[in-house]
Amino acid sequence: MRIYACVKQVPANNETRLDPVTGTLIREGSPGVLNPLDAYAVEQALRLKEQYGGEVSALSMGVPGVRDMLRRVVALGVDRGILLTDRAFAGSDTLATARVLAAAVNKCGMPDLVLCGRVASDGDTAQVGPMLAECLGIPHVSDVACIEEIARGEARVRRLGDRGYHSLRVRLPALFTVLKEICVPRLPSITGVLRGEKAAIAVWGRADLGSLEGGVGLKGSNTRVLRSHRPDLRVKTRAVAGARDLMDILREENLIAEDRVRGDI
Amino acid sequence: MGTYEGLQGIWVLCGVRDGQIDRVSRELLGEAERLGAVEGMKTTAVVLGREIPQIRGADHALVVQDDSLSVPEELRWTHELYHLVRRYRPQVLLLGANGFGRSLAPRLAARLGTGLTADCTALDMRDGLLVQTRPAFGGNLMADILCPDARPQMATVRPRVFRAPDWEAARPCEILREPPAGPDTLSRLVEITGFTPSGQDAAIGEADILVAVGQGIGSKENIAMAEKLAELMGGALAASRPLVDGGLVPYAHQVGQTGRTVAPRLYIACGISGAIQHLAGVAAEKVVAVNIDPDAPIMERANWAILGDCGAFLREMVDLYTTSPPSVLPDRHSK
Ligand SMILES: Cc1cc2nc3c(=O)[nH]c(=O)nc-3n(C[C@H](O)[C@H](O)[C@H](O)COP(=O)(O)OP(=O)(O)OC[C@H]3O[C@@H](n4cnc5c(N)ncnc54)[C@H](O)[C@@H]3O)c2cc1C
Ligand SMILES: Nc1ncnc2c1ncn2[C@@H]1O[C@H](COP(=O)(O)O)[C@@H](O)[C@H]1O
Repeated sequence: MRIYACVKQVPANNETRLDPVTGTLIREGSPGVLNPLDAYAVEQALRLKEQYGGEVSALSMGVPGVRDMLRRVVALGVDRGILLTDRAFAGSDTLATARVLAAAVNKCGMPDLVLCGRVASDGDTAQVGPMLAECLGIPHVSDVACIEEIARGEARVRRLGDRGYHSLRVRLPALFTVLKEICVPRLPSITGVLRGEKAAIAVWGRADLGSLEGGVGLKGSNTRVLRSHRPDLRVKTRAVAGARDLMDILREENLIAEDRVRGDI
Repeated sequence: MGTYEGLQGIWVLCGVRDGQIDRVSRELLGEAERLGAVEGMKTTAVVLGREIPQIRGADHALVVQDDSLSVPEELRWTHELYHLVRRYRPQVLLLGANGFGRSLAPRLAARLGTGLTADCTALDMRDGLLVQTRPAFGGNLMADILCPDARPQMATVRPRVFRAPDWEAARPCEILREPPAGPDTLSRLVEITGFTPSGQDAAIGEADILVAVGQGIGSKENIAMAEKLAELMGGALAASRPLVDGGLVPYAHQVGQTGRTVAPRLYIACGISGAIQHLAGVAAEKVVAVNIDPDAPIMERANWAILGDCGAFLREMVDLYTTSPPSVLPDRHSK
């Protein structure tokens, strides 16, 4: 089985700073890490490989420095890392990003499975996965909590929906975005780390990817950030002595629930 | 397009629940009306399904009724919506940012080749363009986003951001029926074979009140007490990540960066420190913090801070709830 795990480098923390003059985001100074939820996509890919055999590739679009992050992913047991980096990719919105990832997948030939994290911690959109599936012309399932079985070109999965878990059967190739619930990521072994350090990471640019219909980078993006600002998260905090006083406040503020009269439930 | 001109304005994809247009869709129809008034655009409620409920609160309703649409499924819905959008070319398409909408919208936007803004917390119309405001970086940054050229301008919007209009008073709309778009090879590749409800209490994205527990909760008994209080208050139990990782509370209850984003009217945080990854998921109207540490970060984000043991607090709350009948919770915006 051939699996691709899409991994993104994100800032290690979300304490953003804005340039006071331009209002743009200052990214320097914040070290990059693997998007927390992508660790679950990688782990799930490795487990499927252990169970069914095959090969796992990690795919990332980002700045040249993302190569080091891919080495750390290879250290976990991934067979190869592919970095998609080019000035032409800069400023890509979610759809433009999906186009680049799709072109890279197509270049290697359609795998059986593409795994993404549910959401990236910086952009926070959860859009790239389903968009990538659409660009590849394969089905997707979001918020997968468990891959129960893969057999005869079909996966049985459980996904967390709005009101409970759905069981689904999906023909492969398919793309899943995975929840934290799906597995517990492993730590790299010493031999893995050594392997990662020596691993050759494939680096592909715009010219390596052939036609990117619809465009990439800022020019190929339909969405534009008009402006950004830091919201004022401070609230006026009032000290309250205990439950009794709180009940009075909640009543005053109309925050007490529906006809919940004593003994009714 | 003759009589269909009105369909080129603002569309809301409406979900159906318990035989009614669901709450977030009603909220969006209300907002669509406001946005439409700014630019003189008509609004359209788009409803797909086997059974179509009564539709109110828009100028038009575009309805596709078919047996094959009995259960919402992203690929099937994408196929239908793609054809509707291609045919009528709306300026704006809004969807609820629930799990289904967040999975469907990117699929559809990619097929249409248009822009999509996820999880908006405010919308506006300026010079014919939809200004879409959304949080990023765990709520540390707000961005205003435009989709200047491609159409439709698509956005998903969190539940409870807008006020649902008075549904009874809302005008019924002119219904236009469309036949289904015809066979779709992609959606045949996915089959929904079962559903396990996660229980009333797990719908933390929809609850008005959340009683949330963290590592300071102290004991299993106190978690049960929190659950009891949530039940008494007509709300749901939520938890920070350590309790979920520790197997004490199921994952569906986890709030935060790696869990769910919640927007209840009231969030009662018991023994939660308020780490940035936790607060990233809390978009509550009002927060109560119960903590023994006056310097816990949550205390600064709380409207009401109680310094003390959360076990004792929960017991007292449950006592008070079972002895003094509280009043009715009015709609969040009608204060
Ligand atoms: C990549 C990443 C993603 C993460 N995602 C999430 C996420 O989605 N959700 C999440 O919640 N966390 C997440 N975390 C973890 C987060 O950083 C915090 O570790 C976690 O939120 C802390 O949980 P807590 O507040 O319950 O526990 P603690 O930080 O241990 O806080 C316990 C609090 O209880 C108080 N306390 C102790 N005893 C009592 C008592 N008797 N009565 C009252 N108060 C008491 C203490 O003063 C303290 O403030 C993530 C972390 C990382 C690195
Ligand atoms: N630049 C990227 N390179 C590789 N994968 C990505 C990239 N951006 C997003 N993804 C994948 O898409 C998921 C969702 O990202 P997002 O839509 O940005 O929230 C991530 O968890 C990754 O698996």
